[in-house]
Amino acid sequence: MSNKIPLDLHIPEPPARPGDIPDFSHIVVPEAGATRRPDTAEAEAAMRDLPFGLVRVLDDEGNAVGPWNPRLDADSLRRGLCTMLRCRAFDERMFRAHRQGKTSFYMKSTGEEAIAVAQSMMLDRDDMCFPTYRVMGWLHARGYPLLDMVNQIFSNANDPLKGRQLPILFSAREYGFYTLSGNVGSRFGHAVGWAMASAYKNDDRIALAYIGEGTTAEGDFHEALTFASVYRAPVLLCVTNNQWAISSFSGIAGGEATTFAAKAIAYGLPGLRVDGNDFLAVWAATQWAAERARNNLGATLIEFFTYRAAGHSTSDDPTKYRPADEATHWPLGDPVERLKQHLIALGEWDDARHEAVIAELDIEVREAIKAGEAVGTLGKSKPPVAEMFEGVFKEPDWRVIEQRRELGV
Amino acid sequence: MARMNMIQAINNALDTMLSRDPDVLIFGEDTGYFGGVFRVTDGLQKKHGLKRCFDTPISEGGIIATAIGMGAYGLRPVAEIQFADYILPAFDQLVSEAARLRYRSAGEFWAPITVRSPYGGGIFGGQTHSQSPEAIFAHITGLKTVIPSTPYDAKGLLIAAIEDDDPVIFLEPKRLYNGPFDGRHDQALKTWAAEESAEVPEGHYTVPLGKAAVVREGQDVTVLAYGTMVHVAAAGIADSGIDAELIDLRSIVPLDIDTIVESVRKTGRCVILHEASRFGGFGGELSALIQERCFYHLESPVERVAGWDTPYPHAFEWDYFPGPARLAKALVRVMEA
Repeated sequence: MSNKIPLDLHIPEPPARPGDIPDFSHIVVPEAGATRRPDTAEAEAAMRDLPFGLVRVLDDEGNAVGPWNPRLDADSLRRGLCTMLRCRAFDERMFRAHRQGKTSFYMKSTGEEAIAVAQSMMLDRDDMCFPTYRVMGWLHARGYPLLDMVNQIFSNANDPLKGRQLPILFSAREYGFYTLSGNVGSRFGHAVGWAMASAYKNDDRIALAYIGEGTTAEGDFHEALTFASVYRAPVLLCVTNNQWAISSFSGIAGGEATTFAAKAIAYGLPGLRVDGNDFLAVWAATQWAAERARNNLGATLIEFFTYRAAGHSTSDDPTKYRPADEATHWPLGDPVERLKQHLIALGEWDDARHEAVIAELDIEVREAIKAGEAVGTLGKSKPPVAEMFEGVFKEPDWRVIEQRRELGV
Repeated sequence: MARMNMIQAINNALDTMLSRDPDVLIFGEDTGYFGGVFRVTDGLQKKHGLKRCFDTPISEGGIIATAIGMGAYGLRPVAEIQFADYILPAFDQLVSEAARLRYRSAGEFWAPITVRSPYGGGIFGGQTHSQSPEAIFAHITGLKTVIPSTPYDAKGLLIAAIEDDDPVIFLEPKRLYNGPFDGRHDQALKTWAAEESAEVPEGHYTVPLGKAAVVREGQDVTVLAYGTMVHVAAAGIADSGIDAELIDLRSIVPLDIDTIVESVRKTGRCVILHEASRFGGFGGELSALIQERCFYHLESPVERVAGWDTPYPHAFEWDYFPGPARLAKALVRVMEA
């Protein structure tokens, strides 16, 4: 017999499963304003505390406090709030449209709206976002027409992507929104290449990429960080840590061992850990990282700490793997409620206006859906079938031409 | 006109494009200062500067992802993958991203990238420096796959690939880098110096993608080949004494179906030769196309001469490599059928 200790295999498990009382006691939430804001020119080696802090601006009373306060004017704050509400209103109605059989698939951003909305507003029109499917707020913030969104989701005759893509896997170049795909992570490195191209051309455009905390386990994430670090690419690499990758909690992606922001340390990149439900903190962190990128100081990895309040998609039922009321226990609250509270504390907003905006947005969204329905829902209307054969190559080759003829379109 | 070996011809193509188009840039493992393990990019960094030709981390997925992002920005990156055997970590980038960008974005984004990579056997490279992965790429809708067999074609096809607005996999037959190799491994090495196809004009010219070359006209049987196998085929045909027509496909996507069909309808027979293992190889697709389009002209079954369905074995290089003797036997078989 060996006197060595028997080895034991560790399989991470979340603190609460269905039927349990939600438990976020392991999450340490520093007070708003507690995490320092270094000068953007500070050496990375001096900033290695940041990945273990949490950039927060809004305190529990809705006051903006501390060194990261971006001091936004009331109009920008209201625009941010209304855009988050628009995103939420659209999500609610489209989710319902799916349940009514009008489309095959939908994914909500509920609880994570502050991230894409603040970043879309903060960055320039010429910058490029390499999105995930949970950052539709980017498009809402830039005024992407709701009807075009609906038409894409219904894959109808007016679908801007010509019936070729799953619902919400948009592409919107004019809005700084790179083409999405259903396989996660594989655009993260494109953002680095795009940013390197901008630097190569001596242009002034920067890139921003999103990846979920679950997908940080893919090679794409590490390859992108390596290239971003090596070539000092002007890019913001953002991990939206919403705690859940479909049914796998963040511990399955390595979240028990360290923070996702701390992955930056090994690449020699600054890593910020940011309260993703705090519109002002998201804005400030983005501004900070963008300043570094624009000053040729290279990439920043930003972990947005947030919570996926809805299911992964219309095909998912989160009550099967986590407590049904977990979202209401999330210690960082709801991004819409927090910004609303701040605006009210400033005397720039009130409940009546809030409710009025929700009502207006609901009408606007319903009208867009109605207009999309008039064109047709999934299966009732579609682009010309000939579109199936277009765009494989710039010019079709004989296979596509012959097959199109074979199908008779 | 200068005679060049294939390394020089490819280097010259890259030099030409770097001089001509500021949006062209080159990168890969050991590609920069050193000039690549096969010296293909030798001198380009010195001449054109660090930012035009540089080294990358050992990260094929990262190399191709970076190239796609640059291509989406508007550049024309030429990425080198050191050996085609190493391209697989980048497979997702090629299949799910480069090949689909234009289609899924309804034309908003595309990837005008060229991925150069030495492929093929005959150099005692063992399992990981000898493979011929072209059929894998041919199966992927949205990728083009180009394989030159001469220095002249290598330069012209590479320039065409770089100028193409779709992603192109450019496979370089590494056994042909320094000289034409006809598979007679026990004979003295040849250089390109004696070959007319090594006459490479200075400056810009293209060989269009999707246009095969009839290397030898013949009446009795059509031989389809590309890359190193074009030279092996010529030797096998000479050995057999059969009046075969030899077609160098030059690119398998796009495929010059018209030239193939015209030839097979004339000869009534066809042998396909490639280094890649036979089962599921590109020869299967060629054979199917010929059956579909030339069935009533065929005098005998279409034959495939290919690598065996094993990994590429080190000690058995010449037992594995489909040399001229195997082709000659196949030619005799189809003539006797």
